[in-house]
Amino acid sequence: MKFLCIECDQVMAFAERQIPGDGTLAAVFTCPGCKREIAMLTNPMETQLVSSMGVQIGGRTVPEQPMELTRSSLSDTRQDVFIESDANAAGAVSPDQSTETAQAIARVEWDGAAIDRLSHVPSFVRGMVKRIYIDWAKERGISTITPAVMDRARKDLGLEGM
Amino acid sequence: MRRIRTYRDVAHETDSGILEQVLDQRSRLERRLARVGATIAVVSGKGGVGKSAITANLAVTLAAAGARVGALDADLNGPSLGRMLGVAGQPLADEADGVVPAISGTGVKVMSMDLLQEDDAPLRWRAPDGDGFTWRGVAETGVLREFLSDVAWGDLDYLLIDVPPGTDRIARLLDLLPHPSQTLLVTTPAAITRFVVSKSARLLRDAGVEHVGLVANMTAYLDGAGGSRPLFDSADARALAGETGLEVWAEIPFDPELGRATDRGRPYVLDHADAIAATALVALAGRVERENRGRKAP
Repeated sequence: MKFLCIECDQVMAFAERQIPGDGTLAAVFTCPGCKREIAMLTNPMETQLVSSMGVQIGGRTVPEQPMELTRSSLSDTRQDVFIESDANAAGAVSPDQSTETAQAIARVEWDGAAIDRLSHVPSFVRGMVKRIYIDWAKERGISTITPAVMDRARKDLGLEGM
Repeated sequence: MRRIRTYRDVAHETDSGILEQVLDQRSRLERRLARVGATIAVVSGKGGVGKSAITANLAVTLAAAGARVGALDADLNGPSLGRMLGVAGQPLADEADGVVPAISGTGVKVMSMDLLQEDDAPLRWRAPDGDGFTWRGVAETGVLREFLSDVAWGDLDYLLIDVPPGTDRIARLLDLLPHPSQTLLVTTPAAITRFVVSKSARLLRDAGVEHVGLVANMTAYLDGAGGSRPLFDSADARALAGETGLEVWAEIPFDPELGRATDRGRPYVLDHADAIAATALVALAGRVERENRGRKAP
């Protein structure tokens, strides 16, 4: 899917995505030449079709998480199915991450209020959500995740409902 | 009339990012499967022929021989493999590399929709009502892709995939995994099964799938007293082999004890090694092992 500015004969660039929460989606594209903006509006069925592919229009703000589509779209799930491994609790250190980075991850902590807020996230997706926050904090050198940090991350990443 | 550039004209310019994400999904799948020695698809096209029981018994037989084995239940709507392998209710560990699968008492790694959903829950989605026909197949394929690519299978010698009934489900697997190392096409002597399975055989042939072996299940009924009788009046499943040009790799009689063991969540071959049906299943596992020797995981 591409949007072509006929006037400038240039492919319009993705600029912004808005999810109003009623199943619809708005994606804004801008012509790099004349700066004209258009909004692509999808109905709930079209929005669902795209999300069923496990993709996001305009690209991802965070890398795709393991079994993200399954977790985000499945209904009637067992709430006790996912348990956090020690590795994930420490912030998901992959083998190719440097010692310095690993130490930075290990330093990311959660304050009590943030833990409480996280506990309200359904357990089926909690591990995935937690990792997203840790990665976001790690990239910014934030050592303690607080509710304010969570709010900033949500806004920055465009994550509704997390 | 003015000429507007086509999609292909601008294929390499900035776009909505969807293609890149799909390519990334494929890349993740390839990376995961690179750590699997042999992918074994157990298919039929027909339901009720014993695919899941064969998959479960093959998995534990191969594992008992020392192989590293994974079992993926691709039947999202009617999952049973988890229960047959005795892992129902096991939690899954959430790690950065992926979701760590359940592990059976025999060491088989298992992923099944059964592990994720409430016991009596049908497969349903958080989605707007109506129009499900437009996206449900896409979502199911996406979940199957995640079962393949987002589960931390680790290094496996064999990944067995229990494919649900319906030739479309075989095609769906082939979209993700075009060339399984081995495909076991399960049939029974029943004429109606032969009719359906012949369609699957053609689908596999037309898709260029190689290394297909025919498994004839329920070839007889074992009465428990050493006797046996035919289960079906129709022609022998070998007729299907003649029609399709496929070799029969196994002929497995129906032992009522197999059904009971399956219900208990303890694969039949573990406790009935000397039974006729178990001997056939073990021989099938041996054939799978011989055919895929050299495809060991790193």
